[in-house]
Amino acid sequence: MRQCCEKSASAPPVSTVSSDLTLREYIEHIRCRISGLRIRYAVKPGLYAVGNPDNDSDVFVSANYKMSFDILRRALKGMNAWILVLDTKGVNVWCAAGKGTFGTDELIKRIVELQLEKTVSHKRIIVPQLGAPGVAAHIVQQKTGFRISYGPVDARDIRRYIEAGYETTEDMRRVKFTVWDRLVLTPMEMIPAFKIYAIYAALMFFIMGLKPSGIMFKDGLANGLPFFLLGFLAVLAGALVTPLLLPFVPFRSFAVKGWLVGIVATLFGIKIIPVATPAAIFSFLFFPLTSSYIALQFTGSTVFTGMSGVRKEIKFGLPVYITGAFVSFVLLVFFKLNQWGIL
Amino acid sequence: MKYLANVTSLEFFSDTCTGCGRCVEVCPHAVFIIVNGKKAALNDKDRCMECGACARNCAFGAIAVNAGVGCAAAIINGMVTGSKPSCGCGDNAGECC
Repeated sequence: MRQCCEKSASAPPVSTVSSDLTLREYIEHIRCRISGLRIRYAVKPGLYAVGNPDNDSDVFVSANYKMSFDILRRALKGMNAWILVLDTKGVNVWCAAGKGTFGTDELIKRIVELQLEKTVSHKRIIVPQLGAPGVAAHIVQQKTGFRISYGPVDARDIRRYIEAGYETTEDMRRVKFTVWDRLVLTPMEMIPAFKIYAIYAALMFFIMGLKPSGIMFKDGLANGLPFFLLGFLAVLAGALVTPLLLPFVPFRSFAVKGWLVGIVATLFGIKIIPVATPAAIFSFLFFPLTSSYIALQFTGSTVFTGMSGVRKEIKFGLPVYITGAFVSFVLLVFFKLNQWGIL
Repeated sequence: MKYLANVTSLEFFSDTCTGCGRCVEVCPHAVFIIVNGKKAALNDKDRCMECGACARNCAFGAIAVNAGVGCAAAIINGMVTGSKPSCGCGDNAGECC
């Protein structure tokens, strides 16, 4: 990223970029969905040429998250256009717009710095609609003279948008959240949850193996097994099943959705490995609440949950989670004491 | 898919609206419609996700919304640190220089 620091004295340079993605880039996109690559997958801000654009070609604004940039340039295949990449710190258009880095000031700054009026003779720029939370179109026009036309949500609609005379239809403006859209987001829900699961499993192994005489490896494994399974199912219920079945699980609250799926997962787990009544009471309290909490985290990945709604869920949910965790702990202690014959 | 009802902080002031249609153009959930080609109106308020695109792009100050991220982790984090909820995704990462 050192090249970002280079300051050009004369006319700002333009990079040419292909509208075809390489196999390596496709692999990188998958890595962005499952690993930390996404936080350092950036492209240098500036002006890029796709095809052979001239002074009448369209200017598309994008973020410097490379996946955002790649999706745009692929959508421009066969066209001659300019891409103006803002410095959004490697964050995608919508998230950066929410933060304000994909914003009015940054856009004005780039237009001025790159002397866009010398590259194109017209006064129109196309900003992705999901950039609108950060960009005040009327202020950009006041300050630079460029009039913003908001393009479609999905870059794949760009061709239809241009054919329609730079007008989006209602369908192009609506953000969709298909089962595929939800599926690609689940690895980043599951990976952090399973990291915590590993700690939980180790802790359960220790607690289940704990005897007044010491820690018994065999007991830890045998008595812990149902809890390993139930915990595993609880994570899947909250991080995978709830997101995938989102529209089909009853109620609008994510916490309630996750809890319901968690109940089903717990029932399923207990059917596979039956447990005694005290352990079952603990299980039906602890695991559905765990699924509920994990499902609530998915609000951060959806396209339709607002801050006020999530605040409301947390206001009601957090005391329940804390109480539930405390009671679960007490039950577990009681369960162990009972097992040792102390109670 | 709809989220919780009657929670959005979105407010629309019809008096100052000129019917320019920017709000309709920027809303990803079709919350606004233009009625009789004259003024905007709230079509489906409960679909609002408080992204703030409409308010930011209304040149006439006809829309107000407490915009922010609808993300549980960010909100809990904000409650703990006492700051405005902001998602940690990509902050300070991939930064130039």
